[in-house]
Amino acid sequence: MDETKNNETMKPGLFEKGGKLGFLHSTADAFETFLRVPATVTHKGAHVRDGVDLKRIMIIVVIALVPAALFGMWNVGYQNSLATGVQMGFWQEFWFGFLKVLPLYLVSYIVGLGIEFASAQIRNEEVNEGYLVSGMLIPLIVPVDVPLWTLAIAVAFTVIFGKEVFGGTGMNIWNPALLTRAFLFFAYPGKMSGSAVWITLKQGQTMIDGATGATPLSYASEGLDAMNNAGVQYGMSFWDMFAGIIPGSVGETSVIAILIGAVILIWTGVASWKIMCSSVIGALFVGWLGTAFGATDVPAYYQLVMGGFAFGTVFMATDPVTSAQTECGKWIYGFLIGALCVTVRLFNPGYAEGMMLAILLLNTCAPLIDHYVIESSISKRAKKVKAA
Amino acid sequence: MKILKTVIIMSMSNNIDLKKGLDIPISGVAALKTKKTIVPDTVAIKPTDFRGLLPRLLVREGDRVLAGSPVLADKKISDILFTSPVSGNVTEIVRGDKRKLLEVRIKADAQQEYLDFGTKKVEELSSDEVKESLLKSGLWPSLIQRPFGVVADPNLRPKAIFISAFNTAPLAANLDFTLADEFQNVQTGVNALSKLTDGGVHVSLLRDTSLSSPFHKLENVISHVFCGKHPAGNVGVQISHISPIQKGETVWTVSMPFLAAIGKLFRTGKYNVSRKIAVAGPAAIDPAYVEAVPGISIKEVSEFYDNSQSDIRFISGDVLSGESVGADGYLGFFNDQITLIKEGNQTELLGWIKPFRTKVFSTSKTYFSWLTPNKAYNMNTNLHGGVRAFVMSDVYSKVFPMDLFPIYLVKACLAGDIEKMEEYGIYEVLPEDFALCEYVDPSKNDIQDIISKGIDLMLKEMA
Repeated sequence: MDETKNNETMKPGLFEKGGKLGFLHSTADAFETFLRVPATVTHKGAHVRDGVDLKRIMIIVVIALVPAALFGMWNVGYQNSLATGVQMGFWQEFWFGFLKVLPLYLVSYIVGLGIEFASAQIRNEEVNEGYLVSGMLIPLIVPVDVPLWTLAIAVAFTVIFGKEVFGGTGMNIWNPALLTRAFLFFAYPGKMSGSAVWITLKQGQTMIDGATGATPLSYASEGLDAMNNAGVQYGMSFWDMFAGIIPGSVGETSVIAILIGAVILIWTGVASWKIMCSSVIGALFVGWLGTAFGATDVPAYYQLVMGGFAFGTVFMATDPVTSAQTECGKWIYGFLIGALCVTVRLFNPGYAEGMMLAILLLNTCAPLIDHYVIESSISKRAKKVKAA
Repeated sequence: MKILKTVIIMSMSNNIDLKKGLDIPISGVAALKTKKTIVPDTVAIKPTDFRGLLPRLLVREGDRVLAGSPVLADKKISDILFTSPVSGNVTEIVRGDKRKLLEVRIKADAQQEYLDFGTKKVEELSSDEVKESLLKSGLWPSLIQRPFGVVADPNLRPKAIFISAFNTAPLAANLDFTLADEFQNVQTGVNALSKLTDGGVHVSLLRDTSLSSPFHKLENVISHVFCGKHPAGNVGVQISHISPIQKGETVWTVSMPFLAAIGKLFRTGKYNVSRKIAVAGPAAIDPAYVEAVPGISIKEVSEFYDNSQSDIRFISGDVLSGESVGADGYLGFFNDQITLIKEGNQTELLGWIKPFRTKVFSTSKTYFSWLTPNKAYNMNTNLHGGVRAFVMSDVYSKVFPMDLFPIYLVKACLAGDIEKMEEYGIYEVLPEDFALCEYVDPSKNDIQDIISKGIDLMLKEMA
């Protein structure tokens, strides 16, 4: 309180406009508001405001991601141990994975936040907290062995061309984290798919006989038998996949950890349960059609626990900026994501994971869905008023 | 028996349940007692209380006025007069930038003298005679015209007239208390206004008070019974559920205290806008009601706050839509409430990341306010965050009980897209209807201001 008064009456502070380091105004402000709720008061309209702000909402998403991130770290170590036959204890496995995943986080946050701060500075705005979530998501949806320099390029591309050119958080069309993954996937496909990328090995380590590193999803395109017979180094039963002790992107494997996150998001109201629900319905529906018409013999409910479906449904499809905004639109949007994801899985054996592109495509279509929902609501209401 | 009576009352009128809304748990409800009758020292008439008004000044400094003497007139419709609520002398004419007229201050006499407009039997008056009485006395500007919330145009005949008989705004005056002795005046007011429209006078009542509120017994009205949280008491929300305003239609609204004043005009021949005003809020000491007129100085209620404190905000109206007038300010024409709250100009260490912030209320379950549903909070004016782009999509419609898409309308206003504004329902709303959207907004945008500018744009385009 006294501090702010002094600043008002005396010359501008170090980081204020006109001050010595005034060009770092946004950066200083970001750290200041990170530490303390600012003393800003309302000037127009409602004199009192709700306690919630975007920082609070974003931190809830980060907290919801923690179980998936921790499990992912352990699983990186566990998969290494399985594939190489080297026995490790629980904490050793976790530590192994932690050291592998930490650089991904460092690259993601340093590159991403660096660009965010710089662009906020250029636009003379406050730094948006949106990247706190994107930066947390990105390491969880890439293979653990992705080269750090490619990750850095992908993050830079996404933040600049996926977000800042549109005007920053709240203005972007596509989910930034998924855009990063899509960039990596198309620019460096060798590092992002196939069966060699999912299990990290130390220098000189080789896989034991029979271990392939392929994910359940790649077996699933060959049918249920292939899945059942493939489980040399790990099981591929429903429950193995539900628990997440399978290879895959860092954070996407454990449906249990993702469900903990889902409960947090739904309870706090941060993410839309309608989108999650309808996405599951869409996936089950197409999965059921697939089995009914003989396109696959993999049961529909397997689709929910394989690959990135659960992670995408809970954390990516529900991004409030890029998803549908109307309540009815959310049902349509979620359903189409689930349906499209499983359609790709069933009919495109070359590229088994459809979740990423399903969400990105529906991100693109979300404004269109909203447009038709609103138009139909308005015309319905007009008819009702005329009749009355 | 009680149940039976409720059933009868409910079956007689149209029932509308509003599921969406929010009663903000702010502390400092005014106790149902009248602490004093204020004999005002100075009152101010503020043309800025009326949307889009271009005022013509009719008095000069030093002029003597009676209660009911014209002070201002509308430049566009010169029949609309704005009259003095007290007798006394014009002491000061306050102007702002570009000589914009802000206030006409009148030093009041100790003993009030009223201009006599003559008592009239409403039943025998024609529509034009009612209009003339209201215009001459200065009560006409209490009639608000929708769309856009301007002073009613006397040359129009509105589709209907709507009145909300209950307040739901935070700490608002309890109309059943403030108008307890005014039933006859209100009834006379209704009878007068019913001459001005063919669509009838619609009165919206609160179901919870169906047994206690006298207004359930009003005659010559079309009554509707509402149930729900704020903004169920906003007349705009009620109209939207009773008969939504279409392009080209006009409806009028009037507040209950002014309805009583209209009745008083015909029954006593006086422009007497004296009413009970709630002085409330977390910074108010022993909050209660005072008897006063609109336009009184905030200083008249100085016993309600600690004079040694410099960081109190003085709001004419409620905390959601009222106007901050300052310690030297004056109560607005339409407000029957003064709210006192502390300025929230203090920082809070790691506020947003703390699991528990027991002093801060939030509707969001990211905090734990839901654990203490009956707690009243000592709220202040802190913004609780920084201004951002719109991110969340479902928080707004939860507190917006109209069949519209609130944020799409807000964005259309931001873009100045008239066609979209029309399509999304600009004719049905006033900024106050968006007050709760603004309150809950995690992106901290000034939504009421955006809507207000959108309405101004519409008025400009349609002029």
